[in-house]
Amino acid sequence: MIDENDVRHIAELADVTVTSGELKKFTSQFNTILEYFDTLDCVEGVTNERTDRCNNFREDEVTHSLPQEELLANASEKEEGFFKAPKVM
Amino acid sequence: MSRGGKLVNMIIGLEVHCQLDTKSKLFCGCSTDYRDDGPNTHSCPICSGLPGSLPSINKKAVEYAIRVAKSLKCEICEESEFSRKNYFYPDLPKGFQITQYDHPLALKGILTIDDDEGLEKIVRITRIHLEEDPGRLVHKGGVDRPKYTLVDYNRSGIPLIEIVTEPDLRSPQEARRYLQKLRATLEYLSVFDSEKEGSLRVDANISIEGSERVEVKNITSYKGVEKALTFEYTRQKNALRRGQKIIRETRHFVEGRGVTTSSRSKEMEQDYRYFPEPDLLPLRVKEWSEKISLPELPDARRERFIEQYSCSPIHAKTLTGDLKVAEFYEKVAKINPVLCATWVADTLLGELYYRNMSVQAVPHERFIELIAILDAGKITEKSAVEVLRNLLDQIKDSGICESPNECIVRLNLGKTGGDAITKAVGEVISEQKTAIKDLKNGKKGAMNFLVGQVMKKIRGRGDPQEINLLLEQALSPGDE
Ligand SMILES: [Zn+2]
Repeated sequence: MIDENDVRHIAELADVTVTSGELKKFTSQFNTILEYFDTLDCVEGVTNERTDRCNNFREDEVTHSLPQEELLANASEKEEGFFKAPKVM
Repeated sequence: MSRGGKLVNMIIGLEVHCQLDTKSKLFCGCSTDYRDDGPNTHSCPICSGLPGSLPSINKKAVEYAIRVAKSLKCEICEESEFSRKNYFYPDLPKGFQITQYDHPLALKGILTIDDDEGLEKIVRITRIHLEEDPGRLVHKGGVDRPKYTLVDYNRSGIPLIEIVTEPDLRSPQEARRYLQKLRATLEYLSVFDSEKEGSLRVDANISIEGSERVEVKNITSYKGVEKALTFEYTRQKNALRRGQKIIRETRHFVEGRGVTTSSRSKEMEQDYRYFPEPDLLPLRVKEWSEKISLPELPDARRERFIEQYSCSPIHAKTLTGDLKVAEFYEKVAKINPVLCATWVADTLLGELYYRNMSVQAVPHERFIELIAILDAGKITEKSAVEVLRNLLDQIKDSGICESPNECIVRLNLGKTGGDAITKAVGEVISEQKTAIKDLKNGKKGAMNFLVGQVMKKIRGRGDPQEINLLLEQALSPGDE
């Protein structure tokens, strides 16, 4: 189980502001999600053992990238082919 | 703090990030050849972090990382895995970087360098792991007061290896030599191109024995490492002398000013919440790694140069310290390998450095011709240097150059024949009575003056030793 302090900490790391109302709401939602995992743990045949599969390689071959306009299509702000973000330094 | 001027109590460990020279990115097929193209032209749903995209591992990148690990005599781990390093910054479109955390590709290696006394020193490698390069940020509105940030994801997803050392380095010069040796090794392995801008980045941990350590980030050149560490050592030493405490912090190196600045305000909270990357399967590459063979590495090549070409140990070290120089030398060491070694290591490299040119720009045949002419005694060493400078200037200006012979004729640098020298010696003897009297009175320097006068008459195209001999013969008492 996690508490409001955990949620506040996670929100800070993600640079997200949460109101005290949201804090309560998210804490309970987080815990609901975590409970699903407890449920999963009870299911027969579900284990957290590592898989035998490994090395999902691809060859070093160049494929097409997206055109610049398409890559930037969902950007709320852009400038001369760049994504525009708030100052971070 | 220092004993006899030497930095005895400086403790340095380096984390070196190198871009692996693959054709495509680490987890997608975007081309890594982005440097001449506009921003955001080499990115796709995977490397720009669109929801629902799935990464898959570039086999070549893993092979390259294994080559590096083997060349540094690391232990390849039976199983390694990728993890998500979570932090919130615009250079990471996904909100996390795919890297390796508690199960890296390889552990415990070594790299041998020279210490400050020129003795062999083993630097221990802690670990080597694979990770993706973040995107590139451009801070707009001045370095000191940026107004906003521009983001380019062309670099996002380029394969990187991080090579971490134990705190074994003891001076900025050692750190520079470590990097040079590492670079040479990576280039010999054909996994890295140091000429690509930003292909190498270094974070350095530095402390003065007994004090907290400081991490210096953002070092992007070989010279920068030495500069940043020297600055940081002085800063810490002075702080301790003033009775201040060194605080454990992260600082940024500002290359242009040669200083490190505290970046506490910019520092993100060090809580990366690592967890295994669920979209990738683990790596089990130990068996495969045993089949991957390595090319000849710098130390082996150095030994071979001494053996095969009779190079002096110092020349052999200089020549093999850079793959391109070593390859150049082997192509031109045809006529007189020892003379050639001197000319490449002592003369050519300096002239190239002065002109900011690469050895790759020098046509082999022209260099071989020049050495042949010099070796046959047709020009003096001094003239040969002049020819070399002329040819390099021409290459720098136009990409091509005349032949050494053409240059010698054009500049009239052919060695002056015996008759002309004898004539000049005779003239000088009759003209410089005072100097000859000085010489006979045992005044040192008079001989040099006379040789200089002869040289002047033949415009420097004679061998000073030969002139010396002719003058001595002409002035010997028997002839009086
Ligand atoms: Zn991509």
